[in-house]
Amino acid sequence: MTLVRALDPSAIRADFPIFERDFNGRRLAYLDSAATSLKPRVVADAVADYLTRYSANVHRGVYSIGEEATAAYEQSRVKVGRFLNAPTAREIVMVRNATEAINLVAYSWGRRHIGRADTIVATELEHHSNIVPWQLLTQEKDADLEFVAVDDDGTLNLESYEALLRTEPKLVAFGHVSNGLGTINPVRQMIDMAHEAGALVLVDGAQAVPHGPVDVQALGCDFYVFSGHKTLAPPGSGALWARMELLEEMPPFMSGGEMITEVHLRRTVFNRVPYKFEAGTPDIAAAIGLGAALDYLSGIGMENVREHERELTEYALTVLRETVPSIRLHGPPDAERRAGIVTFNLPSAHPHDVATLLDREAICVRAGHHCTMPLHERLDEAATLRASFNVYSDREDIDRLADALARAERLFGRA
Amino acid sequence: MDDLYRDEILEHYRNPHNFGTLSEPDAVQELANPLCGDRITLMLGINDQGTIEQVAFTGRGCAISQASASMLTDQIRGMKLDEIARLDRDAVLENLGIEISPARLKCALLSLQTLRGALGERVAWQGATDE
Repeated sequence: MTLVRALDPSAIRADFPIFERDFNGRRLAYLDSAATSLKPRVVADAVADYLTRYSANVHRGVYSIGEEATAAYEQSRVKVGRFLNAPTAREIVMVRNATEAINLVAYSWGRRHIGRADTIVATELEHHSNIVPWQLLTQEKDADLEFVAVDDDGTLNLESYEALLRTEPKLVAFGHVSNGLGTINPVRQMIDMAHEAGALVLVDGAQAVPHGPVDVQALGCDFYVFSGHKTLAPPGSGALWARMELLEEMPPFMSGGEMITEVHLRRTVFNRVPYKFEAGTPDIAAAIGLGAALDYLSGIGMENVREHERELTEYALTVLRETVPSIRLHGPPDAERRAGIVTFNLPSAHPHDVATLLDREAICVRAGHHCTMPLHERLDEAATLRASFNVYSDREDIDRLADALARAERLFGRA
Repeated sequence: MDDLYRDEILEHYRNPHNFGTLSEPDAVQELANPLCGDRITLMLGINDQGTIEQVAFTGRGCAISQASASMLTDQIRGMKLDEIARLDRDAVLENLGIEISPARLKCALLSLQTLRGALGERVAWQGATDE
């Protein structure tokens, strides 16, 4: 068993240059890590190092900086594989973000395997990126798209899931953690249930990989995707993991250079997995930054990250309820079943007005529908506020948020 | 914190002027800002001389969008259509009298967009019946 160590957020903040910036005498209270994370200096340095010292293309040059670039890029693939506990790094396809990874699966696996009257099951909790690609695919193929219902406490209704599995879907796609509410889904159980029903499973790990240990072999899913930019890495990095037999059989998604071994004017021999799926020059700098970010997180320990954010979430749920008694909190009421995401509304003020007021105190929160419009319809909220945490977040951030919310509520709520 | 949302804006937000509907409007337009869910429905009563005689709106959303609609509807009552055509974003921002960040401009200008839409619809409708 891994020993869980308490994080020291002040020591961690020293690794993030943005906290040296002055915001009218205040330190930044960045509570929008679910949208994108801040970046540690080691990531910026790794990117700058590539751009300034060995900025060659990968898999091409026989000269030394080309070999350095290829080695650094491939090392990032290995690091991603280890971070997810994939059986082999060859099962890691480097992409630009989770959205691209899901589209890759939809276009490649989906267009080959989904046919007329087939069913795909997603959930009402999903980010738009795990809804719209399946809408386009099922519309094209005249197939069905069904959604697992969400209960009032923000958890998935497993009876509804069970009923949908009885329709024998070909694919089930759901988030590991909801970006809208922070709900940690019972993924292991849901994967087992799907497999029993004969479906393949895609797990969207965009909100899970940055915030706790992920082991794709223990989960037993078929596809797993995440974004680097939420994982302390630069935008433009991310990965798809899939079982080798699936990747071997899937046709290319995008085509061009890099993904080929032979091109003739009338026919092409595709490169082997994973290069078959990496057409064109990749975002090399971002991928190298992702490797540095995963090293940084591994140094902290993902069990420790999870415990830190669980503790902060518990603190936030308590302090917000105490400081702003009229607050409307959405999502699971306890921190055990939710990642470091707290979603809420004030009774008298619109989320955008609140976010504007908070911004004047250097407090960053998300206001809107967080790319989950169907979930907001379900919650009967046009928009909500969302505070989300990461390794650099601390209780002071939450105290500042709670005090500012109390003042906003007084300002808008006075008769 | 308080100086951004000055009292006049909060007052318009809490008790919007011209809030309601017209039973026989000459022009109607509903517009929404999908980013934040702001929504405004504007109804106009226009006389034969092309003057706005009646104006009403309903909607929900942030203080900036709703106060902006409240102020704009006050402003356009009694105005001629050609005067209204000259109303631009500066007129709306002048009404609000606060600094609007780029991210909130859509909230501030939703009422003006709705007004333009309502008049566009009326013109089209007139064209159709004149024939």
